[in-house]
Amino acid sequence: MTKTIYDELIEREDLVLPGNTSCPGCGSILALRYVLKALGKDTIIVIPASCSSVYQAIFPYSSIKVHIFNTAFASAAAVASGLKHALVAKGYDDVNVLVWGGDGGLIDIGFATVSGAAERNEDIIVAVYDNEAYMNTGIQRSGSTPPGAITTTTYAGKSEEKKPMPYLMLLHGVPYVATASSGYPLDLYQKVKKARNIHGFRFLHIFAPCPPGWRFDDSKTVTVAKLAVETGYWILWEAEQTDHGLNFSISGPSRPYIDPARRKPLEDYLMLQGRFRNISPEKINLIKKYIDNQWEFIKRFLE
Amino acid sequence: MITESKGTVKVITGNAAAAWGARLSRPDVIAAYPITPQTTIVETLARWVDTGELKAHMIRVESEHSAMAAVMGASAAGARTYTATSSQGLLYMAEMISWAAGARTPIVMSVVDRALGPPWNIWSEHTDALMLRDSGWILFWAANNQEVLDSVIQAYKIAEHKEVILPAMVMHDGFILSHTTMPVEIPKQELVDEFLPPYDPPHYVMNPKVSPPITFGNIALPADYVKFRLSIEKAMKNAKKIIKKVAAEFKEFFGRWHGDLVSYYNTEGVDTIVIALGNVAEQVEATIDSSKELKKRAGVVKVRAFRPFPKEEIANIARKVSNIVVIDRDISFGWGGILAGEVRATLHEFRVDTPVYSKIMGIGGDEILPEHIEKSLNEILR
Repeated sequence: MTKTIYDELIEREDLVLPGNTSCPGCGSILALRYVLKALGKDTIIVIPASCSSVYQAIFPYSSIKVHIFNTAFASAAAVASGLKHALVAKGYDDVNVLVWGGDGGLIDIGFATVSGAAERNEDIIVAVYDNEAYMNTGIQRSGSTPPGAITTTTYAGKSEEKKPMPYLMLLHGVPYVATASSGYPLDLYQKVKKARNIHGFRFLHIFAPCPPGWRFDDSKTVTVAKLAVETGYWILWEAEQTDHGLNFSISGPSRPYIDPARRKPLEDYLMLQGRFRNISPEKINLIKKYIDNQWEFIKRFLE
Repeated sequence: MITESKGTVKVITGNAAAAWGARLSRPDVIAAYPITPQTTIVETLARWVDTGELKAHMIRVESEHSAMAAVMGASAAGARTYTATSSQGLLYMAEMISWAAGARTPIVMSVVDRALGPPWNIWSEHTDALMLRDSGWILFWAANNQEVLDSVIQAYKIAEHKEVILPAMVMHDGFILSHTTMPVEIPKQELVDEFLPPYDPPHYVMNPKVSPPITFGNIALPADYVKFRLSIEKAMKNAKKIIKKVAAEFKEFFGRWHGDLVSYYNTEGVDTIVIALGNVAEQVEATIDSSKELKKRAGVVKVRAFRPFPKEEIANIARKVSNIVVIDRDISFGWGGILAGEVRATLHEFRVDTPVYSKIMGIGGDEILPEHIEKSLNEILR
């Protein structure tokens, strides 16, 4: 029998070891497993202050079998830039340098750093696992928190919209931008595999449900991640700059939902999560508007 | 007598001297962001990289915070690195400055001292770098353009020494040195190469091709954290010894002596010692030099290394005199002169009871003229 991509995904060495200090059902470390399966051992991860500074394990242990450089909150993409230049200067051209951080570290406080590295087209991969709030400090709102979500700094639910980060990165014109999700490991694995072989700045925005932060049962991480896609809230797509221009495509799992009629009701997704327990109809409409805006924006690239 | 030339004399600014110091040290990676009065350093290095005169990777970052982050990452991978900044830029990178010391990355950085705002002021003051006093960096003050160049080269040799492995800052005064030309001997590249071989980290580096997987900087519980911090203190103590060794070696190689932790001027047979940082000390020396009366009474200890602090040197000389005068081009609000505070603490630690007079001058580029120094000294010596 010929081997399928599923066999490859399963057989690739797991560089995230059991016994790490993540929460049960953590969407972030689940995604990191597949990211590292795709990148392999010749990888350095730069980690800003985030949940992953904690779940990699406490000194003198590590649960991740590649080089890790932990750094201060806003600095990760700049540290990665320096690392990559040093490796190239020393004659080591084929080492993957990966920034692995949350929405706080990469979408908010470190945004200028990510944007600067993108504008310089640094030869690094920046991957944000978006759990839609500052989870490591105990669930405070971030720019990436959706409207209506209760956090410890938005008791009545956030009033503002979610920052459209992957689209901002797309407009930087970098060689590769993709969205992915902890609920779709194969899609994620294939995207990282592709990104690995592209030179220049690559951005991955990974949707990573957080059971304690979003208030859902820790057995439901994948269910929640899938519902985010099936309701059209989180859209899986990739955009690659080629010699013939931008090659933009909606990824397989999201394709059916171009048609709004095929999307599941948004409420199915919201009601599974305690963070939306008091959400007002107005704020549900804000999320719906965000969904519509995303699809409208994407359709322009498909024309 | 014909001696073999060790370099070429050029009339250059302090910033050009800093750039030359960096260039001759052959950094692999430079990352810097412009700020007055440092800007001409980053401009000069960028030009040399573009013309190929300097074979280095130049990362034109979007902020000082990222400049320090980038050179720290590069240094962790085993590269020799250089950056430069001033004032607000220095404080903006402060978080990463502290991280770089903890990461034991022997970065060398030029700091062109400038006052902090508001109000906006681009002129010299030492308060900027002194705010990083406790960051774990070796802190040098250079007194003239030749010393700027020579100190950058020395700083690499000290910072990268296997018993030290700490980053180092080399300060020089904004405009007074940064934009003022002086004759400077630019040493021959071959001589510098011999004096300063490529950086060879004595530990694993962030490179999967040469080191097994290492994790740097993950959470350490208090008992382990203390060990890491103690190792920095130990390295700082080692640095005292290495600074002296490197200064002596430098003299042998290049024939120049700027002092080690300190330098002494006219300290024999006088009853008063003036202590100051870098260029301020040199201005005091010039003032004393031009006055017969002052020359009989006063000498100068120029502090080159503020961290590690030359406690023994200062205590020893203070024992021999009746007055210590400290001139600070800085102020710690609610305390006073920062160097004066360090000197007083040192004398207390060594049980020396020589009185210490503190003078604060030259804030925000306010001129320190010979008559100001003379007036201050005469008030004390009367």
